[in-house]
Amino acid sequence: MSSCPVPTLTPMEAVEAKSVLPRGWKADLSNPLQLDLQPAVLELLRRTTSRLPQDVIESIVAGRNAEAEGSRGANTMDTMIENIVLADEHVAPLCQDTGTVIFWVRHPFGVSQRKLKEQIRAAVAEATGKSWLRPNCVAALSGKNPGNNMDPFGETHPVIHFEEWDQSGIEITVMLKGGGCENVGAQYRLPDAAIGAGRDLKGIRKCIIDAVVKAQGQGCSPGILGVCVGGDRVVSYERSKEILLRKVGSTNPNATLDALEKQLTQELNTLGIGPMGYGGKTTVLDVFIEELWRHPASFFVSISYMCWSSRRMTLSIGTNGNAEYR
Amino acid sequence: MIKLTTPISESDIRALKVGDEVLLTGRVVLSRDMGHKFMVEQKPEWLKPILKEAVIYHCGPVVKKWEDGHWSFVSAGPTTSIREEPYQSDVLETYTVRGVIGKGGMGKKTSDGLKKVGACYFHTTGGAGALLAERVKRVVDVKMLEEFGSPEAFWIIEVEDFPLVVTMDSHSGSLHEEVLQTSQERAKALMS
Repeated sequence: MSSCPVPTLTPMEAVEAKSVLPRGWKADLSNPLQLDLQPAVLELLRRTTSRLPQDVIESIVAGRNAEAEGSRGANTMDTMIENIVLADEHVAPLCQDTGTVIFWVRHPFGVSQRKLKEQIRAAVAEATGKSWLRPNCVAALSGKNPGNNMDPFGETHPVIHFEEWDQSGIEITVMLKGGGCENVGAQYRLPDAAIGAGRDLKGIRKCIIDAVVKAQGQGCSPGILGVCVGGDRVVSYERSKEILLRKVGSTNPNATLDALEKQLTQELNTLGIGPMGYGGKTTVLDVFIEELWRHPASFFVSISYMCWSSRRMTLSIGTNGNAEYR
Repeated sequence: MIKLTTPISESDIRALKVGDEVLLTGRVVLSRDMGHKFMVEQKPEWLKPILKEAVIYHCGPVVKKWEDGHWSFVSAGPTTSIREEPYQSDVLETYTVRGVIGKGGMGKKTSDGLKKVGACYFHTTGGAGALLAERVKRVVDVKMLEEFGSPEAFWIIEVEDFPLVVTMDSHSGSLHEEVLQTSQERAKALMS
C-alpha cells in the first residue's frame, strides 16, 4: 500500500508576516460611513489564490493514496500536491485560471452595499495588478479584455451576493471558480426520458452519474459536486454553487441526502475516470446535495462541478474590528 | 521518461505511444480560443517559422511584467483543449506543428490530423499552474497581446523538462477514448 503524507504548508505566522494588511489594522464597524474593507479583501484574495483549504488538501492526499503506486493517477496527484506546496510557498496562484471571482457578503443593518461593492471591486483590480488574479473578464462577443477583472457596467464581474443579517460583524466569503469546471456543470429537468430519470432520489442519482460521465476529466477531476434539487432555474444553479463552500467530508444535516452523498461519492469513484481523466480510482472528492422548494410543474437538478483546486476562504470582521481568515 | 527537444522531427513523434511520459525542452507557443480562430481564418505568414516543428500549448497564463519591461510566468497550467477541436487539425497542417499540450483530450478530427501530420497530443496536469510556471525558463516574445488580451495572446516561451503524458498519439490511439468507453459502460451498469 503506497502512502503519501499530508504536506505541511507554511506556518500561519509566515502567512501573517506576508500580509498586505498593515500591522494592527482594524475595521471600525461603529462608523459604517468611513468603513473601508479594501485592504482586508485584498489580503483575502492573496490567501485564497495561493493556499488551498486543509480539508481539500487532506482529501486529495487520501485520493492519492487510493491510487496504485506508480500509476498515472498517483503520479498526477503527486504533481497536484507538489503544486499546492509550491503555490503556498511562493504566494503564486495555484492555477493560472483564477476563475470567476464570486463573493458572498453578510453584513449588519446600516452598512452600505454600494460602498462595499466599490471596495471589493477595487481589491479585485488591485489583486489583478499584482498577478494574484488573471484578468478573466471579457466582453462576450468581441472578447475585449479590460485587463482588470472589472466589467465596465459593474454588474457581472466580480460576482457579489449581498445579504443583511442580524449579527453585528461582517463576513465576506470568496470562491475562485475556474472556467473548465464551470463548463461541465449541468441542469436537468425531471422527468428526463433520455436518461430514464424520474422525480425522486433515484432520478437525482442518475442525473449526477450522467453529469460526471459527461464531464470526464475536463473539469479537472477529482472534482467536488454541488447539487441543488428544486428552485427555479436561476436559484437552483446559484445554490448548487454556494453549497460548494461546504467542507469536504462534512455531514449533511438531512440524513437522507447525507446517505445519498456518501453512496454517490463511493459509486462515482468506481467509474474509472480518475485524476484528470487518465483513469483511476479518484474521480470525485465529495458530493454535496441540497433540497429547495419548487414550482409544482418544475423539478430541476442543477449540478455545479468544482475542480480539485477548490479555492474558497472567508474573511470575518468581528465587533473588535480584527480581520480573521478561515 | 522520454526527453524531447524542439525542433522535433516527425520520426521522433511517430515513435511515441499513448501512455508515454515525456519531458519537453525548447520552444512552446501558447494559443487558445482567439488564437486558433485567427490562425485558421487569417493564416498569418509570420507565425509559420515560429510554429514549425514546435509545440502549441493551450494555456492562458498569469504573467508578470517587470520594471525593465521583461515578462515572466507566475502560473501557467493547461486549459480545456476540446474548444479548439474545430481548428486544431487545420492548424497542425498549416504550420507543421509537432505537438499540442492541453487538458481533457480532443476529438476524432484532431486525432486524424495528428496521424496525417505526425504530431501528438500531450496532456499535462490541470490546475498545476505554479509548478508548470517554474518549468518556463524564458518568455521569448509575445504576439497579439493588444488585440487578444493577455490570456489569449501568442506567448512564445522556452521550457525545460516540461512534464507531459502522451494521451493521443500519431497512430489514432487515444487514452481519452478508452476511459470514456470504460466509464460509460460502468455508468450504464450503475444506472440499470
